Amino acid sequence: MTKVYCIGNGLVTPVGSTALEVLQAAREGRSRRLFERGAFYGASFFEEIAIEAAKKATEGIEITPHTGFVLSTTKGDIEHIGKADISLAAGAGRIAGTIGITTSPIVVSNACISGIAALLQGVRMIRSGEYDNVVVVGAEVCSEFIHSGFDCLKALSPEPCRPFDKDRRGLNLGEAAAALVLSAREGPWEISDGVIRNDANHISGPSRTGEGSYKCLRYVLEGINKEDIAFISVHGTATPYNDEMESIALYRAGLSDVPVNALKGNFGHTLGAAGILESIVSMAAFDSGIVLPTKGFHELGVSYPVNVSAKERPAKGKLFIKLLSGFGGVNGAMVFRKGGAL
Amino acid sequence: MKEVSIPSGANLTAIYRELVGDYPKFFKMDTLSKLGFLLSEMLVRDDEGRFTPREDRAVIVFSRNGCLANDINYAKSMEDFPSPALFVYTLPNIVAGEISIRNKYEGETSAYVLDKYDRPLIDAIVRQAFQDRITRDAIVAWIDCPSDSEWTATAWIKTK
Repeated sequence: MTKVYCIGNGLVTPVGSTALEVLQAAREGRSRRLFERGAFYGASFFEEIAIEAAKKATEGIEITPHTGFVLSTTKGDIEHIGKADISLAAGAGRIAGTIGITTSPIVVSNACISGIAALLQGVRMIRSGEYDNVVVVGAEVCSEFIHSGFDCLKALSPEPCRPFDKDRRGLNLGEAAAALVLSAREGPWEISDGVIRNDANHISGPSRTGEGSYKCLRYVLEGINKEDIAFISVHGTATPYNDEMESIALYRAGLSDVPVNALKGNFGHTLGAAGILESIVSMAAFDSGIVLPTKGFHELGVSYPVNVSAKERPAKGKLFIKLLSGFGGVNGAMVFRKGGAL
Repeated sequence: MKEVSIPSGANLTAIYRELVGDYPKFFKMDTLSKLGFLLSEMLVRDDEGRFTPREDRAVIVFSRNGCLANDINYAKSMEDFPSPALFVYTLPNIVAGEISIRNKYEGETSAYVLDKYDRPLIDAIVRQAFQDRITRDAIVAWIDCPSDSEWTATAWIKTK
């Protein structure tokens, strides 16, 4: 089967505008979730950060008539509901058009696993042989719409979030744009596997048995040696239910002793951008030989053992796994393997 | 290939009573989920061994407007008291989750938004979904409901 590589990345986040900047902020424990909007202008802040991330990721990469485009977002331009055409398809068309892409844009809106789902779509497009490369962009901006929704679900933490901690009280919302360019041309990182599974249990609560997340882990473990896993970058929203569920899934998959981290304490939960942003930061961490600390974590507060730490640790292995879960019962896992060309 | 559809503006409660009748969760759903739920019922009601958990069937939903109709309803509730019951349906993939819960489909579920009903593109995405090592068939739906009274809703089962 065709190997698929990441050949370019781009980030627009409140804590840094390159992978190394965001990595450095995470190592120093600096966190920031929201942009200062003053730096931007125009009709759509959402589209602007998505375009900026896509431009950075495609620097030096040729956009051809066979370049694909996949946008990952949950709510796109929802802050303009009632005032403009906020359809995700129209937004994706403008973003793709601005960077010169002529193929039909595809939007993946699969709740909080959108980032992995969009990357998986991109991987499949490369493997289909019909695309030269695929630009995958994840973007999310904070709006009153999203904030009020998570607030009425009582999912928001009144303090900085604390993934896997015994005193965790919920999530913090963040905003960011992150992009990866995928290609069959060899690059520094290979996406060697990816999967989506449903809990078939509840639309807004995770499975008590971690069913879908466990099935995702079981699926990707078929193709790798456990000893090669440097770390697992889990979803770790810091809601009581999510982190508990992930501890069960990891335990069932026999991964309780593998180093785990959650990055939501560094830049919040960036929803549709999370999968791509957290993957890019994890690649940078691995390349620096480290497992990033889990900011906000102090004392384990889940039922099953999880190898999570408030301190930076050395990364040993050949790959990392990105794990996500979301509303609608969806779960996703993706394997990033250090590839040939450096 | 069996293909089913629900005409725009049809009485969904009447279809539910005729087709199902004993799944009261239906009444909590937004219009998008009701449409997806009823379309899937039309497709799988006679399936052998139905409700046995299975991982080899995907549910893939396409639209242009996603969950816009329900987004508008939730935005209205924000003016008074934001409704958690409406907010949980403000994602285009919840309909796929509802179909999974009903039928115990533990495989891949996805929601895609496209600029228009582009059947070749839909077919290509579904074909690519079969790169999953376990997926053997997929319930595929195009459900576009810009409002609670107008829609296009059609679904079919595609086998690997």
